[in-house]
Amino acid sequence: MSYLPEGMPRPLADELSDPYWEAAREGRLMVQRCNACRAWQWGPEWCCHACRSFDVGWVEIRPRGRIYSWERNYHPVHPALRGRDPYIVVLVELPEAGGVRMVGNLLGDPMQEVRIGAEVEAVFEHHEDAEPPYTLVQWRYV
Amino acid sequence: MGEFTIRGRVAVAGVGETTYWKHSRSPHAEFKLALMAILAAAEDAGIDPAEIDGFASYSNDRNDPSRIAAALGCRELAFSNMQWGGGGGGGSAAIANAAAAIACGYARCVVVFRALAQGQFQRFGQAAAGGAAAGHDAFTVPYGVMSPAQKYAMRYQRFAHEHGIERPALRAISMASYHHAQQNPRAVMYGRPLTEEDYDASRWITEPFRLFDCCQENDGAAAILLVAAERARDLPHRPCYLLGAAAGSEYRNGAPVHNAPLYGTSSFTTVAPRAFAMAGIRASDVDVAQSYENFTGGVLMSLVEHGFFAAEEANDFLTLDNLRADGGRLPLNTSGGNLAECYMHGLELNIEAVRQIRGQSPNQVEGAEISVVGSGPMVTPVSSSVFGAEAAL
Repeated sequence: MSYLPEGMPRPLADELSDPYWEAAREGRLMVQRCNACRAWQWGPEWCCHACRSFDVGWVEIRPRGRIYSWERNYHPVHPALRGRDPYIVVLVELPEAGGVRMVGNLLGDPMQEVRIGAEVEAVFEHHEDAEPPYTLVQWRYV
Repeated sequence: MGEFTIRGRVAVAGVGETTYWKHSRSPHAEFKLALMAILAAAEDAGIDPAEIDGFASYSNDRNDPSRIAAALGCRELAFSNMQWGGGGGGGSAAIANAAAAIACGYARCVVVFRALAQGQFQRFGQAAAGGAAAGHDAFTVPYGVMSPAQKYAMRYQRFAHEHGIERPALRAISMASYHHAQQNPRAVMYGRPLTEEDYDASRWITEPFRLFDCCQENDGAAAILLVAAERARDLPHRPCYLLGAAAGSEYRNGAPVHNAPLYGTSSFTTVAPRAFAMAGIRASDVDVAQSYENFTGGVLMSLVEHGFFAAEEANDFLTLDNLRADGGRLPLNTSGGNLAECYMHGLELNIEAVRQIRGQSPNQVEGAEISVVGSGPMVTPVSSSVFGAEAAL
């Protein structure tokens, strides 16, 4: 059961982002970290923004964060969303990964109160019927 | 800035626009609209269109200068320029680029233009069905972050959280645009006033933005013709000079997946100070401001970042009375702007800034000598422009 309706655009992995999506399939959260200077980085880039090294690695992080910002969307901008409930998008800051941020949905009641600063944990939402299957990273209050 | 400045070196010769329509309602093709607006600006300037030798636009305008120059029989094409970036962030930047071309001798008579016919092409606020999200979009689009409102609402939400901004501040921005549009027959919302009750009752688009926090989508075209300052006194209108302009954004504003280090920003924290420094002005010198309304929250942050008030003062400062042309502390969006005149990707704001200096605004600010435009908050790059009367040189 996915948070948003079936028929939403699926994520396409590519050479740059593949380690993230592969890990998500296994329920693990990965972000980039520079092998040269240890700077954290998200979304994925070809080189490190801090030291410009192309030796950018991937590390698994604890899937915990806190809500940095949010929005509640009503207007259906995609055909799959027509006639559906509002939905919440959260921007989650990951303090254990240098404060990088990720976008996802806040699971639960779409009308619930959203509290900036609140602790959340990742929920791996597997889309097994998709071809090929993929996994989105969602969030819920701890 | 040193000696490298365009301050006072370039003047606005003419401004022009087509009729403005609701989106998809233009009876004309987009390319024809561009031609009509450019010809209107040339006529306003009293300049033969054949003399136009440069073109500058932004936001991936679809109308190629080589084709326009051919269609209008321009004697020679000397400058064709496109500012990178989407939304209206390039409005004032296109003016800056055109002015730089004139000041550096690349071209003599440059028109800045923007044309939109969304019936002919796709609308901004609607995504295509099904599909897949590639690149960095893969980290946002599958979660339902697709439209401009959805891409930028979280920037404002964070800013509002950090500074305790309340809803009436946003409402006042929307009310100011609608208020001024009632005196402007060009405005799409002319004759359609907005009350506080209408605003409060309007539906959510993307919380924290209601319907009336969001710009229209429109069809039409607008154009501004620039020449060297030496010619300004021979032109039909009261001279209006470009005093300063700047474009860009802060450190890593374009970091992917909402990772800009300074997130709660309209992207003007470095741009606005550069534009004002070039113009040699402070915020308190500004007589009238036009601030691009993609969303009212972006306007609010933009006004703060242009130095008109501190974020902590926003709730008190942002009232309709303070934003009115007739006696407000900071007359704002005096033609109706993107919300209520026309969403011509903000170029209508630059035209209004010029009209204020000429004394031709439908909501004229008495004695306006310095007017400012902030183009495209929250996107990157954004841009600012400062226009001035002879007395401001």
